[in-house]
Amino acid sequence: MKAVLWQGTNHVSVETVPDPTLLLPSDAIVRVSSTAICGSDLHLLDGFIPSMEKGDILGHEFMGEVVEVGRDVKTLKVGDRVVIPFNIACGTCDYCQRGLFSACDNSNPNHRMAEALYGATSGGGLFGYSHLYGGYAGGQAQYVRVPFADVGGFKIETDLPDEQVLFLTDIFPTGYQAAENCNIVRGRDVVAVFGAGPVGQFAARSAQMLGAAKVIIVDRFPERLRLAAEAGIETINYEKEDVLIALKEATGGRGPDHVIDAVGLEAHGHGPGALLDTAQQKMKLTFDRITALRWAILSCAKGGTVSMPGVYGGLVDKLPLGAAFAKGLTFKMGQTHTHRYIRPLLAHIEAGDIDPSFVITHRAALADAPQLYKTFRDKHDGCIKVVLNPWGEAAQGVKQA
Amino acid sequence: MTNIQKSGFQEAARKAFFQGGNGGQMQDTERVAVGALGLGLLILGLGGGAGRRLLVGGLGLGLTAVAVRGSNPLATAIKVEQNNAGQTLISEAVTVNKNAAELYDVWRDLDKLPNLMSHLQSVVVLSEKRSRWTVKAPLGSVSWEAEITADEPGKRLAWASLPGSSIDNSGEILFRPAPGGRGSEVVVRLKYRAPLGTAGVVAARIAGQEPAQQLRDDLMRFKREQELGFAPTTQGQSSGRAGGAK
Repeated sequence: MKAVLWQGTNHVSVETVPDPTLLLPSDAIVRVSSTAICGSDLHLLDGFIPSMEKGDILGHEFMGEVVEVGRDVKTLKVGDRVVIPFNIACGTCDYCQRGLFSACDNSNPNHRMAEALYGATSGGGLFGYSHLYGGYAGGQAQYVRVPFADVGGFKIETDLPDEQVLFLTDIFPTGYQAAENCNIVRGRDVVAVFGAGPVGQFAARSAQMLGAAKVIIVDRFPERLRLAAEAGIETINYEKEDVLIALKEATGGRGPDHVIDAVGLEAHGHGPGALLDTAQQKMKLTFDRITALRWAILSCAKGGTVSMPGVYGGLVDKLPLGAAFAKGLTFKMGQTHTHRYIRPLLAHIEAGDIDPSFVITHRAALADAPQLYKTFRDKHDGCIKVVLNPWGEAAQGVKQA
Repeated sequence: MTNIQKSGFQEAARKAFFQGGNGGQMQDTERVAVGALGLGLLILGLGGGAGRRLLVGGLGLGLTAVAVRGSNPLATAIKVEQNNAGQTLISEAVTVNKNAAELYDVWRDLDKLPNLMSHLQSVVVLSEKRSRWTVKAPLGSVSWEAEITADEPGKRLAWASLPGSSIDNSGEILFRPAPGGRGSEVVVRLKYRAPLGTAGVVAARIAGQEPAQQLRDDLMRFKREQELGFAPTTQGQSSGRAGGAK
């Protein structure tokens, strides 16, 4: 089959690799009909996530049709159309039973590696996202092995097109969880979202769905801000105005009641903090650039929530913790418990509350992935979200990013 | 009894088991060996160019200092816990979503333990209390006889190697209900005299071959076997590495 492979920092290729096979009786094999490039794949491209190996199959947003099931799979059968959460959960451990699927105790075979880096216990496995998270082969491929298929295979029984349900695998639930974590008071709370990429877009629209009185989004790319504005979201371009002053003015001096940092470790920005982050990162003294998080804490209203769907990797310094303490902020963060949200959000899509395909700007064949990784990373050509067809004809030939 | 008193009790029990453990205490023979090596390097360092004098002499000086202090700074840094008798102490715990009596029964079936613990080659039950243990070691395998010293069904098992064993060791495993219906907490405490002393422990840990690391892996394997009936794996999946499937 054809698959997108990580070959090293800034190097992705599309090559022919062996088809996946069932490795355990609880596995299924899915023929991928659509897959996407996620913003967090760019952390892999940029080499910020440790423990990637040359030849790893990338991708964690994908859906398709079940073509083979192991003998222990009970709820899925060949021919079922399924979406697959990006995180792998066993469904049996105490965390899964409590709905904390991304904290699954049992799905990561490389738990020791994660424990060494992150302390007592590891998170669950992820598709196509480094050996720290289990080393599972990803879904930017024609076929994929789905472990714990009964837990991680969600049947789509209506004829909604792929583009409307594909993002249930990650960015829609991720944005939604970020908004839900704010405990928004309907008709009263103002929510600011840093980062108008795909997750930021879904976080902002989810905040609207959860009843926020006003939603403000912060970014620097006009096309992303325009997309948000179409949904009635206020916008701030941080390159055109001072974001802290603008947010203060937009909220009558209070600051947003809740702030969502949908940027994570590769934040851009300006000011001495941003310069120092960049310098330290270049010198390998730090993993994470935290301009967005810093702005989130400084802008948030007293008693508010800083919700962090953006990915952070390592240690952080120059964090304005004094401000967070003085204002009594609550921090909520972590990988999405995707399994929890798929059915309720599917119901929203079916009811016509939201059409998630609004974020898509680029559609291409899998073979075009290397070029599109680059286009997406550099935000060229108005690129916000890329969907790949593993069975389509290459438009641009196989190139390397 | 309140929870605070109870956990104080547990802490005291842990301390009693470890008998005042501290970091990286070297054994006498080890001190002599390291000291001799240090002095040797110091003498070697007297000859040669400035670079060699600095490097070899410095290393010699460092090792001599380590021998004089009697504690291994590397062992302390990577948190090897040892008691005054020079035994290495290990404890590890895991919560398993099953009741304690069930888990105790699985463990009490000693000759099945090699299925749970990957580095165990075999356990042969000789009598009600005695058994013969064989573990894989970097150079072949090591074997000893052990005796069960305490057996509280559903709660605790303790054992010790018989005098004259190739590896002097003892340990206990506790099974206790986890709060809030989360199954059981399984706690393992081991005490052993490492071949080559602290240096051996440090070397083994760096090589990822040390009992503390093996114990963690084994307990996670035990948990997954009990909760899922299998271990998750990526062995054999497709990738773009040479030879394809890996």
